[in-house]
Amino acid sequence: MLKKKKNQEVSVTSGEQAIMNKETEGLSQSQIVIRRFLRHKAAMTSVFVIFFIVVFVFTALDNKIGPVKIPGWWKFGYDEILELRLEGCPEGIVGCPTLDVLPPFIDGTGVGLGRHPFGQDSIGKDYFAMVMRGAQRSLYVMVVIGFLAGLIGITIGAISGYFRGWIDATLMRFTDFIITIPTIIIGSVVGYHFGNLGVGFLAFYLGLFAWTGLSRLVRGEFLKLRELEFVDAARVAGASDRRIIFKHILPNAIGVIIVSITLLMSGAILLETALSFLGFGVVAPDVSLGSLISEYQDSFTTRPWLFWWPGLLIITIALSINFIGDGLRDAFDPRQRRRLTKKDKENARVQARIAAANE
Amino acid sequence: MIAYISRRLGVLVVILFGSSFILYNLAAISGDPLGELRLSREPNAQQQIVALTRELNLDVPPPLRYFLWLRGILGVFVGNADFGLTRTQQPVINEILVALPITLRLVTAATIIAIILGISIGIVTALRQYSRFDYAMTFVAFLLYSLPIFWVAVLLKEYLAIQFNTFLSEPRISAQWLIGLSIASGVFWSAIISGTRKRVLLIFAGAATANFAFLSYLSITEWFANPSLGPIGIGVFSVGVAYGVTQLSTGIQNKAALHSSLTMAAIALVIYYPVQWLFEQDGEIIIYPLLVITLFLVAGFVPLKFSRIDRGPIIRTSIISAFIMGLLIVIDQLMQTWKPYMESDAVYFRPIPTIGQVNALLEPGNFWMSLLDALVHMFLPTLALLLISFAGYVRFSRGTLLEVLNQDYIRTARAKGLTERTVIMRHAFRNTMIPIATIMVVDFASIIGGAIITERIFGWLGMGTLFNTAINSMDLNLLMGVFLLTGFLAVSANLIADLLYSALDPRIRAGAGGN
Repeated sequence: MLKKKKNQEVSVTSGEQAIMNKETEGLSQSQIVIRRFLRHKAAMTSVFVIFFIVVFVFTALDNKIGPVKIPGWWKFGYDEILELRLEGCPEGIVGCPTLDVLPPFIDGTGVGLGRHPFGQDSIGKDYFAMVMRGAQRSLYVMVVIGFLAGLIGITIGAISGYFRGWIDATLMRFTDFIITIPTIIIGSVVGYHFGNLGVGFLAFYLGLFAWTGLSRLVRGEFLKLRELEFVDAARVAGASDRRIIFKHILPNAIGVIIVSITLLMSGAILLETALSFLGFGVVAPDVSLGSLISEYQDSFTTRPWLFWWPGLLIITIALSINFIGDGLRDAFDPRQRRRLTKKDKENARVQARIAAANE
Repeated sequence: MIAYISRRLGVLVVILFGSSFILYNLAAISGDPLGELRLSREPNAQQQIVALTRELNLDVPPPLRYFLWLRGILGVFVGNADFGLTRTQQPVINEILVALPITLRLVTAATIIAIILGISIGIVTALRQYSRFDYAMTFVAFLLYSLPIFWVAVLLKEYLAIQFNTFLSEPRISAQWLIGLSIASGVFWSAIISGTRKRVLLIFAGAATANFAFLSYLSITEWFANPSLGPIGIGVFSVGVAYGVTQLSTGIQNKAALHSSLTMAAIALVIYYPVQWLFEQDGEIIIYPLLVITLFLVAGFVPLKFSRIDRGPIIRTSIISAFIMGLLIVIDQLMQTWKPYMESDAVYFRPIPTIGQVNALLEPGNFWMSLLDALVHMFLPTLALLLISFAGYVRFSRGTLLEVLNQDYIRTARAKGLTERTVIMRHAFRNTMIPIATIMVVDFASIIGGAIITERIFGWLGMGTLFNTAINSMDLNLLMGVFLLTGFLAVSANLIADLLYSALDPRIRAGAGGN
């Protein structure tokens, strides 16, 4: 009983803060974060969208893992040249999409995918398969850049922030070098001549240069956290530098890092598409979403579907990742206060009344 | 302070040296400038290879060749910098001097508009946090963040150039568009000025009706074919500007400021016809700066009539109003040029171009005509750049203002009974501007090199195009020239941002705490 009273004295007992405190009572930090994230509607929707896109895109075409070939559920490959569909298109245009989403009572042909739902390109390749392949490549590049840049950025930021002194100065000057060279220039220089080495190489190379912002951020966090008491306590208790970095500081900086990596990834997909658009990224016969748009940008007036599908896919992916990042930022921010709905306030009032009646 | 700046400058030089070295070698190993010649079947291909090798010092390995290039650059200290020649035997420095103003023209307008729009919308969303407008703008900002610029550009070309041109040649707004735009404006205004449900509905109805009436009037009178504000428009807008600026700058209850702004509005109306006459004279360009100086002098002296005390803010108010009114007159003049511009042979009713930076067929000589032409050509690329960078400013200024509004000094300001206007404009807004100002500098510098895609799509021959040619033709000198400029701008922008930060915020000391 006494203990309860004490608790009440410490915590705020009325107003919005009280409702917030009530919600987080007895939960661990990670539980609070997960709970906050699950409540973020836009972010949760985005998680489902991304998950759906990834599964959809990667199962659509045949995948080869070494000698094993996993057949995809879509009937055509991205590099198969098929017979061009000539009839049924408006005046003189070939290969228009057969996808129909309008029910029969509006346009009379009925809902259905047809043979080529996204249409065909100029020589008859199935555009659905090409868009799926492009999305695979773009997602792949995005993940590789996110992973590699995350790894390098965290390492460099952590080392320079933790050890300070000449190590910090050297590493930060090195970061400045890299920052000065715009990523798009690096991508162009590299992509122009190594583009034919495949998309993996491009992603690897871009990842080597995309970590600068992250490393500065991580360094800032480490500089701040290393001065706090719990680090001193760990050091006095005899923890090694490695243990302090990995067990004590890194978990506390993880929020900033995760948010920053999601933003890095949404930037990476735009970077890859931009490079491919300029012709420095993924090269034919392989395709990426950017190279598809680049190739068909002039046919927008006559064959808009060649332009719309890859663009919409890029936007959906980038938008979802941005929203996930936003949700994570809100979830990790301890000062974050969500708007209380009328229902929340009503519930709190009812509970207060029950508590008063029980006293 | 001086020690700090000189140390930073030293670091700047070292960084530029290091990154240019990295880039030079990267570029040198990633391509073969002789590649085309090696494959060519021309009889003198071998001689050309030899000549080119000698000229570009290709027999020297790249790390050493870098220093040959550097020797030319370092000539800057003895007065004759040598940036080398391009592959087409033009001095690199000349190419850059031609391209830079073009890019600057493109980037400056886009950045300034993005900053003004982004910050104002960001502030409104922060003040109306968790409102419908806030959610809508958050979504729009994220959407813009996620747009690939090349994709937007193609859409803009199709809908804002080709189809809008078709509309302009027959400027009648169709019924669907009228209704759609009216509903949109109703939704927009009712979302910004939120309140009780009844008030929101009233605002929605009011805005939609007003918009509908206004657009139908414009459509029926074929205003788009021959637009102008006219003295009536100038008068109405100037009075509006006078009230608006006074409200934001000093508060409407400051009668002296309001009266001096209104006087400026009256002056704007009175000088409308004389200025028209001056514009028609067409000749001495020198007259325009003189006009501007006169305008500011008048704006500076008018307030002295109205108040003897606390003149600073009043003068500021009247100068800002006068500036906007001057802009209105210029816009009116440009609108009056619209009809002759549309009817000229070079344009012939397709005013909004999808490509290029100037209409070569247009007869030169007429100042307003050329100005309008330049503006019309800037329209699409500026819009494309604007859409992309605008989102960042909205999010950033919203976040910063929310943080500032949580500070103790804001609570103090409210507690001592200041008006909400004073709290927002004087205490919160100014402190919000500190981090934004530093962001602006860096953003501006980075965008100069970063307009590569925009320039390519809209066919502008600026820095981005130079860079593109440099890579495609393996032109190391040109590439390094472009890079040196953009890199220099990027690094010095960071320095300026840091200095600006410490100048604006006395709590931050430049040079304190590491680098």
